[in-house]
Amino acid sequence: MQTEIKFAGFGGQGILLSAKLLAYTAMKQGFFVAWVPSYGPEMRGGTAYCTVVIGDKRIGSPIIKNPTHLVAMNRPSLEKFANDVKPTGIIFINSSLIPTRSERDDITELIVPANDIAIKAGSVRAANIVALSSFAAKAKIVDLELLKDCVKEQFASKAKIIPLNMKAFDEGVAIANNS
Amino acid sequence: MAKVLMKGNEAIGEAAIRAGCKNYFAYPITPQSEVAEYLAKRMPEVDGVFLQGESEVAVGYMIFGAAGAGERVMTTSSSPGISLMSEAISYIAAAQCPAVFVNIMRGGPGLGGILPSQGDYFQATKGGGHGDYRLLVLAPDGVQEAVEMTMKAFTLAEKYRGPVMILGDGLIGQMMEPVEFPDDLKTEPTNKDDWATSGMSTRKSNKRNLVRSLFLDPKELNDNNLALKAKYEQMKKEEVLYEGYNTDTDYSILIVSYGTMSRVCKTSIDMMKQEGIEVGLLRPKTLFPFPEKEIFKASTKESCKSVISIEMSMGQMVEDVERCVKGQRKVDFYGECGGDIPAPETIINIIKGLL
Repeated sequence: MQTEIKFAGFGGQGILLSAKLLAYTAMKQGFFVAWVPSYGPEMRGGTAYCTVVIGDKRIGSPIIKNPTHLVAMNRPSLEKFANDVKPTGIIFINSSLIPTRSERDDITELIVPANDIAIKAGSVRAANIVALSSFAAKAKIVDLELLKDCVKEQFASKAKIIPLNMKAFDEGVAIANNS
Repeated sequence: MAKVLMKGNEAIGEAAIRAGCKNYFAYPITPQSEVAEYLAKRMPEVDGVFLQGESEVAVGYMIFGAAGAGERVMTTSSSPGISLMSEAISYIAAAQCPAVFVNIMRGGPGLGGILPSQGDYFQATKGGGHGDYRLLVLAPDGVQEAVEMTMKAFTLAEKYRGPVMILGDGLIGQMMEPVEFPDDLKTEPTNKDDWATSGMSTRKSNKRNLVRSLFLDPKELNDNNLALKAKYEQMKKEEVLYEGYNTDTDYSILIVSYGTMSRVCKTSIDMMKQEGIEVGLLRPKTLFPFPEKEIFKASTKESCKSVISIEMSMGQMVEDVERCVKGQRKVDFYGECGGDIPAPETIINIIKGLL
């Protein structure tokens, strides 16, 4: 059993970090993981994307053409990758920045205004945490409490921003559960 | 020890520390700059030296100097940087000094691109620098193996008193995977007194050591090259590493592939197996010495109709594969080298076209 999640957005939206937190949590839960970034020149200000592969045996190809799920943080990412997602997958859409939808009926859309929720929680920079927690709550790949601990651990050296990220995390979970 | 999630580049840096390497000289280049970033922080913590050279040419000779003094030393770079270091690598090989070079390959020729490539196979295994020398080349397929091979590279460099190279593609440097570090390398080279210019006060004997690569007397040069050749022959006997995948089946096609590309091939093999198509993989883990006998044996299995070398290059290792197959089977090639690594589906289409 293998699950692949593509995280995509603008450089600076914390795409690589959300992906890393998911991979790290899955590893702690005993899964095999790979975190595969795109590191092309387009990262600087352009689109950044990253694939997390989670499996119960050693990950073979780190190159994934059709991911199980997609977390799209901006419109170009949704347009570029929506059709690659395998049927029955989840497409997370950051509706704060994406007015369009995937136009697919064989997947589940998870529509979350991640930026707005993050701003309410204290900083727009936590939008990636909102996306991560709501996606994780919907996809049920990793344990949410463990994921939350890992987010906390990530910001251990910046204690000041932990509460707002915890709030962002909880809000993300709540909206996924209510959708 | 618990598993940690690390980028290949950082893990290579940590592996060097755990192998007791106290000297790291480098010049930054994508896609391996994180090794330097990591070791700039980490080397001072172990009283080691991190030094950014003014160019890769300078770095090559810094490595030569430290290696000649019997210090454990490493550098990391990517394709164009390795070209610049190649002169020094040839000198280091001639002077018989142990040193570890890591090449996290990007696309070429020229400045090429910054994305993953396997275009430096020829450079690593057939030369790079001038003269009659070979590099012992280890090719990891992921972060865990990159760590194990980096640590092993120091032991091998000291065993053979020569340069050893880790040849990984850009993805191995950039990807994060869980890694478990082996125990720290505790051994020290035992014969340093015989050759290292470490200073008379550090040595037991009164023998004066000289590190040099100039041998104007033809007999002396011939003898030095014979000594090198003897080491390369010993490597061929003792150091060949490879992995077989699905090779216990009656496969009709044998893939030869290494590094990241071999992992894509493994997934393709798993997918084809579900359709009832058996394909075998032989993955060289050492590119020099090359698993010559093993490839010959695997390719001449009765069920095997043909062999294909799959690389992120325009066809380099395939020449060695052809050499090993000795005309007993047809040898095909598939490769891409712009930086987009072929997906498993692409490989399946290529293989099915051969059936």
